[in-house]
Formats: sequence, structure tokens, C-alpha cells
Amino acid sequence: MSKPNSTFQFKNTVGERTFGFVDLADLMAKATPARSGDRLAGVAAQSAEERAIAQMTLADVPLSLFLEQALVPYEEDEITRLILDDHDKAAFSLISHLTVGGFRDWLLSDLATNEVLIQIRPGVTPEMAAAVSKIMRNQDLILVAKKCHVKTAFRNTIGLPGHLSTRLQPNHPTDDLTGIAASILDGLLYANGDAVIGINPATDNVQQATRLIKMMDEVIQHYEIPTQSCVLTHVTNTIECIEQGAPVDLVFQSIGGTQATNDSFGFNLATLAEAQAAALSLNRGTVGNNVMYFETGQGSALSANANHGLDQQTCEARAYAVARKFNPLLVNTVVGFIGPEYLYDGKQITRAGLEDHFCGKLLGLPMGCDVCYTNHAEADQNDMDNLLTLLGVAGCTFVMGIPGSDDIMLNYQTTSFHDALYARRVLGLKPAPEFDLWLAKMEIFKNNEQFTLNHQLPDAFHKSLNRMIGGRS
Amino acid sequence: MSQDTPKSDIPKPNKSFPTHPHAEAVTENAWSKLNAFTDARIGLGRSGISVPTKHLLAFQLAHAQAIDAVHTQLDSDALAKALVEQDWAKDWAKDWTKNCAPLLLHSRATDRATYLQRPDYGRRLNDESANKLDEHRVSTSQDYDLAIVVVDGLSSLAVEQNTLPFLQALSSHINGWSLAPVCFVKQGRVAIGDDVCERLNAKCVLVLIGERPGLSSPDSLGLYLTWGGKVGLTDAYRNCISNVRPAGLVYQEAARKAFYLLNEARTLKLSGVKLKDRSDDDLIIDTSKESKNFLIS
Repeated sequence: MSKPNSTFQFKNTVGERTFGFVDLADLMAKATPARSGDRLAGVAAQSAEERAIAQMTLADVPLSLFLEQALVPYEEDEITRLILDDHDKAAFSLISHLTVGGFRDWLLSDLATNEVLIQIRPGVTPEMAAAVSKIMRNQDLILVAKKCHVKTAFRNTIGLPGHLSTRLQPNHPTDDLTGIAASILDGLLYANGDAVIGINPATDNVQQATRLIKMMDEVIQHYEIPTQSCVLTHVTNTIECIEQGAPVDLVFQSIGGTQATNDSFGFNLATLAEAQAAALSLNRGTVGNNVMYFETGQGSALSANANHGLDQQTCEARAYAVARKFNPLLVNTVVGFIGPEYLYDGKQITRAGLEDHFCGKLLGLPMGCDVCYTNHAEADQNDMDNLLTLLGVAGCTFVMGIPGSDDIMLNYQTTSFHDALYARRVLGLKPAPEFDLWLAKMEIFKNNEQFTLNHQLPDAFHKSLNRMIGGRS
Repeated sequence: MSQDTPKSDIPKPNKSFPTHPHAEAVTENAWSKLNAFTDARIGLGRSGISVPTKHLLAFQLAHAQAIDAVHTQLDSDALAKALVEQDWAKDWAKDWTKNCAPLLLHSRATDRATYLQRPDYGRRLNDESANKLDEHRVSTSQDYDLAIVVVDGLSSLAVEQNTLPFLQALSSHINGWSLAPVCFVKQGRVAIGDDVCERLNAKCVLVLIGERPGLSSPDSLGLYLTWGGKVGLTDAYRNCISNVRPAGLVYQEAARKAFYLLNEARTLKLSGVKLKDRSDDDLIIDTSKESKNFLIS
């Protein structure tokens, strides 16, 4: 417990005891539901009581204070400048009278319809979203996120209510084209891949990225699939691929919530602007122009030693300011990948996934989630089933799809092609409408309403398959 | 499985499975034979739209093995004893000082749960281990070319299976190098090698560490080389060789690459991003064997 002292910006006396919090960053960190990464950073509450008091204290903070007190100095950080310079006061005026606690009540109330939530978006800063999420229960995060509709488009339309898309992730440890093609075929025949067909390359350079981009482009064109491709290589590599004439659909980059984090990733906002302009110049989208694909995840700032004393969830929300500047098609929080020193177990991973999805949606992002874990985390398939179901209920934009949940390149487990069909069936969630039509046309789905797959191999894939295994049976 | 099944016929994950009744409820995939071209779990078939029982259980076995690799304690005492009994190690150790017995050390992480949540504890030796090394240094006043540090990391299985065969492969390369006693560290991270290197006054350190286990590779050993290892160095000062195991990078190859980097480090007196692995530059890449995309053409 901290003793009352004039160095505390916030004090709260409960019974005989007074709790003090040095500043807004300290208060935010101590109000954060418990997780290992904040303990590792040394910013977490020291006791359950201190956390609860911090949450009560945070609830009384006016939203407007976040516009007056930057958590990372304006002069030092281009993301703080982006957040404050782009803040829309007119949009904020609807909620400017609220405290953090009042904001929670307002978000849950019938006043906050989808239309109104769209209206206030440019007035909500990442810090406001992070603050209110800290005093929301999981069901609150689900309920409000479900009200936030975010639609994006490239060759299909992502994010419509009642829909769930999947990234087909055909990674291979040596980037072998046959191995990758086998996983793509498997995914398509399990009705996955409408968000993107996205490969994490094992060898990360321009030549390899170009090879994989061309390969996916050929598949998409050959089967006339209403979807888009992406190689998850560094943004500067993708810029070079575009300069060399590669058929790039989406530009990928991992992003963080402080300038120093992104420095460690080797890019800044100007790099992203350059990449977005390059991708737009190719004009490859057919129904929309969202050309960016971002990945995030709690803990990346601390991991880069660039968290400025903030808790990891606040850093994560600030990354969404970067994302929304560039109108992405997809944003993916890779929630359980970073390991147990940041999110220890299934409970912490679940909470973080719901927080990230809520904050992203409130800020207007097409938020998806890599529902995942590593083998050194205290988590298993049952935890993933739970989070997938919760996110499906919350209206999550997309999840990953991978053969049998096992990523043989990145060595972690994420949701499978089968898992996506489970979520569709129990929650009635359809793929992107253009992709849904394609699945029917290709006879992959026998019944699109019931999400029933065809028992026979669809005709269009016979020839390819016979070429590979015809002589082997 | 019937009781008279010979032990050697116990099904291995991913390859063959016991059959279950009600097989007609499972829809097999016509493309399942494509699994000859990838280790990815493709063509699993489906029960309705769900993973069939046999594949569900195979997955759980693989996950169980990976968890066990993380949580099983490394028996560093047994491994150290096994090392000194190797013929090649006796040969190899002829230049060691008389204080050449392997040293058993421990990080500041007291147990696995702490280790997993506090990477900072796993990077430093505990006081007892630090004292042990300091005393060694005082009693021998010996300088070393190389310290080999064997660390459990995230897979004790990887360390137990791969350490001796790898060191045997390496031993023929490093004749003439003065070697510090091999150190075995429990609950350690990569950077703990720097702590050891500095205290033993070795010119460079080679860390052998169990890598984060994947479902299909619970036994992968990583090698990290640092020239002039000292506490506080970042990964930018290290060179890494990954996936050392029989089904990955084989021992002879790993030893060849490791020695290439060791030799370069000694010549250039540096390691990390400024030391490039050009050990494969002489190999000619045969692109005619490049696989084609069978989904088109």
C-alpha cells in the first residue's frame, strides 16, 4: 500500500486507508486486470485491493483529462502527436461530459446505438478506450463490441453483422510451394480464406516474398476466388516487391503503440503512408480500397523496452491509433503468441483477447483475433474454444484458420479450419457474401445456410489433385 | 489396442492410429494423401464439421509431449556424469585444467512457474552459482578461449537428447581451443551464458539451450554464440543456429556451422549482426528442383 503523499496525483481513502497513484499512467496500470506482463514491467497493482481501489479511482476520472495529460510525452512520440492532433472535438462533444465510469454506463445504455458509436469514433482516443475497458467485465466487452459495426472491403466485404471471416494461414517451415499449396487447398475445401490468404514466410526477404505473392495471385486468379493475399513480411520489403512489379494485394506490418516500439520494428508512420500509397497505386481491389493488414499484441512494447512505464493493454490500444490512420482491411491481435511472461494462462489470454477486440472495434477497426497459445503457456484447446466462442458472440471480424490448429512454421497453436466451421454452426455466422457465393458456385458448401460441406471433391479441384496424387494411390 | 500388440507396434502420432467404431460417421478427405508433401495437419477428414476422434487424440498427445518437454526438470547431474564418461570428451579435455569437471549451476528463477513469468531472473546466475564460478576463477586464474554452457531453456528433452551427440560432432573441430569446464544451468535463458562467460573470463561463449517446443518438434536445441559475453548484452550481439535435432539440422551440419561462426568470431573479435553466416556460400542452390504450384497449370 502506498502512503498519502503530495507526489500523488490521485488519492482515494477507503475506511482507514488511503491509496495514492502517482499519475494517470500509474492509475491506469494499477487498474488493469491482473496479468504477468504488467508484473514483469513492475507497474501492476501490489494487491487485489489496490487494483479494485484503482478501478474505482479511474472510474471518477473525466474523459477530458486524457486530452490534457498525454501518457507518453507529445514531444517524444509521434503516436501521441497522431492521437492528439487527429482528435475530433465535435465528435467528442457527445461524451465530453462523462467520466470513465460514466462512459461505461453510456456505452452499455440504449443511447449508444451503432450509429451513435460510429459518430463518436473520431472523438475517442485509445487511452479512453483502454481506461473504460479496465472497468468492464467480459460480458460488457462483448456486448458493446457487438454494437460496433466496422465494414471494410477489397475483393470482398468484411465485417458485416452476422458474418465471420477467416485468414487462411498456410505456413510452411521451408516455404515449400507444394506444401503451401496443399494447405491452401485444404483450407479452401474447408470453406476458409475470405479475410485473406496470408503466409508468414520462413525466409524473410524480398525475393521470397515475391515468389509467394505470385504463387497466391495465380491461385486466386485461376479459381476466381473473391479474396486477397498477403505475405507477412516487413513493410519495407513489400514496398520493394511493389516497385519490382509483384502483384501485391495487402501490405502487412506488425505495429506497436509507442514510437520507440515501432522504431525497434524498423518503421515509422511515414513508412506506412508510403506503403499504403504504393499499394493503392496498383488498384487491385474490386469492391473496396482497404489495402493494409496490421498485427498487434499486448506486450510488444515492453518486449522492445519501449513501454514508457505504461501497462501493456494501454500500449496495445495506442497501436490502434496507428492502425486507424491507414484504413486497414484487417487488424489482428495475436493474443497468445507472445508467451506466458506477458499473458500467463488461458484466463489472461481470454481477457486480453476480449479487451483488444473491444478497444479496436470502439475505435473503428476491423478487429480480428489470432486465438492462440504457445506450449509454454498454461493454456490448451479448451481455452481456445472458449475464446473463439466468446469472440464469435462479440462479432469478431475474423479469426485464423490453419490445418489442425498446428502452425508447423511458427510453432504455436491457433484456430483450425474445423474451428471456424464450428463457430459458424453454433452462432450462425456467414463468410463474406462474395466468398459465400463462390463457395456455393464451386460446390464446396452443399448447403450455405447450414454450413454443410460437400461429401465429394468439387470438380474444379479434381484435375489439380490427380496431378499430385493420381499415380500414388 | 489389443493386449497382444507387440510393443514396437505402438502407433506413432500422425502416422497410424487405432480404429474406432462408427467410422462411417467420419468423412475422409480425397486429398488426405497430400500429407506426403507437408507436415501440416491437412486432410484430417471430419465428423460433421469437427475433427475426427483419432486426430483429436493425436493432437492431444503431441501437446502433452510439448508440455512435458517444458515442465520436466533437466537432470543436469546425470548429463554431466555422462559427458565425462565419453571417450571423445576425455580426448577433447586433455588441455583442460585439472579443475575441468563440469559445473552445475542454477539461475535466479527458483522454479518453473517463476521462470516462465520472469525472464529477467532466468538471465542471471543465483548467488551460489556466481560464487562457484568466482571461486573457480580465483583458484585457477586460467583464461579460456571458449565456455560451453548447456541450459535447459524451454525443453529439457531437447537438451537431454541432443547435447552429447552435438558436442561429439563439435569436438573434432575445436582441438587446440582452451575450454572452460562445461557448465550446466537449470532454469536458464540464453543470456545467462553471458554471466558465465564474464565470470570465467572466457573469450567467447556457446550456449546450448532447449528451444520453445512446437507440437511436431518438442526436442529442438538452439545454439547461441557471443564473443566477449558479459551481463547486459542484447540479442544483437549473438549469432543463433536453430532447430538442432535428428529431424531438423543434423549434428554434423550444426557443428560445422557452429565452428564456422566460432572461428570467424575469434578472427574478427566480434559476434552478432556484424558476423554473417556465410558457411553455406559455397553451396550451389539447385532451382531446377524447385517445386511447382500444383493448384494451377
